[in-house]
Amino acid sequence: MTGMRERVADELGRMLDEDNRLVVVLAAISSSLFESSRVRHPERVIDVGIREQSLIGVAAGLAHTGLRPVVHTFAPFLLERPFEQLKMDLCHQGLGAVLISIGASYDSPEYGTSHFCPEDVALLDALPGVDVHVPGHPDEAVELLRRAVATTGTSYLRLSGASNAKPKTVPAGRQRVLRRGSRGSVIAVGPMLDPVLEAVADFDVTVIYANTLRPLDQATILESLGEPAVAMVEPCLAGTSVGLINQALAHLPHRVLGLGVGRHDLHHYGSRSEHDLAHGLDPVSLRSRISGFLGPSQ
Amino acid sequence: MTYPLDHAATIPASAPSRPASYEDLGQLLDLISGDQKHSSASTSTLDILWVLYDRVLQVSPESVDDPDRDRFILSKGHGPAAYYAVLAAKGFISPALLSGFGSFHSPLGHHPDRLLIPGVEISSGSLGHGLAISVGIALGLRIQGRAGSRVVCLLGDGELEEGSNHEALWLAALCRLSALSVIVVDNLSSGLGWPTGVEAPFTAAGWVVERVGGHDRGELERALLRRSEAAPNLIVAATESAP
Repeated sequence: MTGMRERVADELGRMLDEDNRLVVVLAAISSSLFESSRVRHPERVIDVGIREQSLIGVAAGLAHTGLRPVVHTFAPFLLERPFEQLKMDLCHQGLGAVLISIGASYDSPEYGTSHFCPEDVALLDALPGVDVHVPGHPDEAVELLRRAVATTGTSYLRLSGASNAKPKTVPAGRQRVLRRGSRGSVIAVGPMLDPVLEAVADFDVTVIYANTLRPLDQATILESLGEPAVAMVEPCLAGTSVGLINQALAHLPHRVLGLGVGRHDLHHYGSRSEHDLAHGLDPVSLRSRISGFLGPSQ
Repeated sequence: MTYPLDHAATIPASAPSRPASYEDLGQLLDLISGDQKHSSASTSTLDILWVLYDRVLQVSPESVDDPDRDRFILSKGHGPAAYYAVLAAKGFISPALLSGFGSFHSPLGHHPDRLLIPGVEISSGSLGHGLAISVGIALGLRIQGRAGSRVVCLLGDGELEEGSNHEALWLAALCRLSALSVIVVDNLSSGLGWPTGVEAPFTAAGWVVERVGGHDRGELERALLRRSEAAPNLIVAATESAP
């Protein structure tokens, strides 16, 4: 299967052909994937080199002139190194860009902590009005890319090497209820869906799938709520969305469990599945943690 | 552009009837500071800003949203009194706003906000952001074939310490952004100083560089109107040192 990064790069090539207001801004990473696009649109595929503060500043300047910038690099270098540029150059100026990351929480464990970014969504939550999309499959990545580019605000598209076996169709801005049960709700975000479905295969629970994480579709959580116990399984920092779920359920007694990547620095390399295991995000660990949260079945 | 509702009432619907002259700037500055004392952060830029808005930039209160206007980027957002005085003198804002400087309902803060003031291109305050945004604007203008528009970015010599400027000044040179001009106000406010001159990094990157007196309006105008075909240009405006 062609991965999210390659599919999004191909799609951006087509979108550059269609829309002369679209500009791709890179900082060395993934440059080779945009080579044919650059041949066709030399002025609208800009590589600023390894200059991530300029990456965001330049995108803001492009948006200032009415263009629609799409910015791409590894997650820590896209969000953390130029965080003040995100705050000042985009948000505070009222300018928008589509931010596309690769690397996710630990897609390249052999690179170590410098290339891990489980805190990405939590960081963006500290800024006003940034949409967050977490595709669970390359097909979804392409669809979410088109949705993000079609707006004028700032959107974050979190690409990952992890993928579910099959794509899901989710209405724009909504979550999708996959099945209903009586013991509580489990929300799976992006690539966490397949491990979650395996973990709760025989549990009598509501399963909700989300690939747009901000704004969080609180209405679907409420509408599908039976037993007021919600387990949120996200591929980013554990608990990232718990505050928003509590907010949605503030009017009633409820319980929420936030599962995701731990805060501690593991100082381990290895493989993605080894890191899943270390953070308790493999199907067996998820099953036991969700089961413990739900309590004994009636 | 739309402005936040509670500020909208403070923004004049039309420009003042009489365009002010250079001689009126002192009086406008007095409205801001409430007395005759002006900080060097603002007065060091007064002549530069006047020359830009009176002689160089193709922008007016009527053309603040014109895609073919010239853009002035005040990267060094500190000490904006001179900026506000010149904007008032040129009819972008009403002089009546000046006395509210820094108050809750005033659109005029100690660092400018582009969403509150017509004609202000960027919101600043954090040093080292304006040059990369200027590079992006110049690239955006080039993409859209707006060859007639120029981008002038004003930095301080202290601000130049920020590493983001050094990313952006190399990028501007590598992209051969001849539409971009930078003015560095050299009022010796860099704590550690620039022993080889604030020009040094720009020269190394291939910018066209010139140093003029920061209060010599004739020299400033001449330097700002001199353009290169294939490289961005730097004008170092030397002014009095900070107290």
